[in-house]
Amino acid sequence: MLELLSFGKSGWGDELLSGLATTMALAILAFAAGLFFGLLLMLFRRRGTISRYIAVSYVTVFRGVPELLVLYLFFFGTGTIIQSVAASLGYTQRINLSGFALGVFALAVIATAYAAEAFRGAANSIPKGQLEAADAYGFGPVKRFTLIELPQLLRVALPAMGNIWLVMLKDTALVSLTAVAELMRQAGVAAGATHRPFTFYAVAALIYLCVSFVSERLFKRVEARFALKEAS
Amino acid sequence: MNWELLLSFFPKLLAGLPVTLSILVCSLAIGLVFGALLCWARMHRLPGVAQLADFYVLFFRGTPLLVQLFAIYYGLGQFEVIRSSFAWPLLREAWFCAVLALGLNSAAFTSEIMRGGILGVERGQIEAAAAYGFSRLQIARLILGPQALRIALPAYSNETILMLKGTALASTISIMDLTGIARKLSSLHFAPFESFIAAGAIYLALAMILTLSYSAIERRFA
Repeated sequence: MLELLSFGKSGWGDELLSGLATTMALAILAFAAGLFFGLLLMLFRRRGTISRYIAVSYVTVFRGVPELLVLYLFFFGTGTIIQSVAASLGYTQRINLSGFALGVFALAVIATAYAAEAFRGAANSIPKGQLEAADAYGFGPVKRFTLIELPQLLRVALPAMGNIWLVMLKDTALVSLTAVAELMRQAGVAAGATHRPFTFYAVAALIYLCVSFVSERLFKRVEARFALKEAS
Repeated sequence: MNWELLLSFFPKLLAGLPVTLSILVCSLAIGLVFGALLCWARMHRLPGVAQLADFYVLFFRGTPLLVQLFAIYYGLGQFEVIRSSFAWPLLREAWFCAVLALGLNSAAFTSEIMRGGILGVERGQIEAAAAYGFSRLQIARLILGPQALRIALPAYSNETILMLKGTALASTISIMDLTGIARKLSSLHFAPFESFIAAGAIYLALAMILTLSYSAIERRFA
């Protein structure tokens, strides 16, 4: 058992570890992009009736459709589009898109929907009077957002952000189905080569569990650090 | 985008609807029963059992559903004991493995939701009921149950939608559910957009029907 997980030629420890690195990169990039675009989507939603409809539809669609379907759509769909554009330009050779980049893109599209909803909920918790006061003091919209809204919004949205991170971490496993060599894929390769599928999927599961557990702790600490101190 | 093709996909995709729904309903049922047991073990703090249940919930909530599914479908055959056991004919079936993995996963989340519902009921009410001579069963049925249900319903509605989305993973172990058929149509007609968007529309419709049904139930209990 330990020999199977050792580093070097005979063991799969180094493959699993490099898979974990890819998993973390996928999750971190998708999470960061999701938070950024989620914030933008939340701001876009406020611009008027039409943009609100667009934002609501986006959130509804990408939270209601299976993540796997979204991933397949981008993975198999983007290739088709680029291929046909290239073909119309007279380029007929096969183009290989990076599965990693498409994976990050698909996950970020999903994270954006969740983040936009989390930020909207958090923004609603900020008393209207604060924004009116900011206006009265002659703050511009940018200053009002960055100095008054954003800091409070982030604090209120922290638990939801922690949830989105955990969901993203787990969703990265789906990217293995598109042959990206992340943790789940490496475990699958090792399982096939050694005929010990349960062992390797269990080890992969425990690694995911450790990362989930540690990041949950970290988020709790950050939450405690930024929690509103109750006036006593 | 070829709209005619997209429309022609709908009847073909709907053939996978019974598979998707049967997996959803069966795994939710397992989740409810096993989740209730877990919740009971965790709340009564039975020595040993409670710690095991705690770890179970931590494990199934903290690891990807895909790993759980693959460990059951591809993994269990690794053990001679299981291969020679009475359960092997079942555990070889992809459909059964999908239901089992989703059900075990749902149990972890459901037990947390139930616990949240029960803890949400004010302690004083239970003490008052006990003081009035209500039996434990009466307290559960008349005081705890209705209020916990009301607190837990919105979260459980969410869990149902998550499970619906989770059923799509069944397609990765060769099951021809909605997603499985969409995959096949996509490669058969070389039409990823048409097939996955049509399938997505069906999932959205299902999610909407579920959400509306749950809010109707919530209103009934409000």
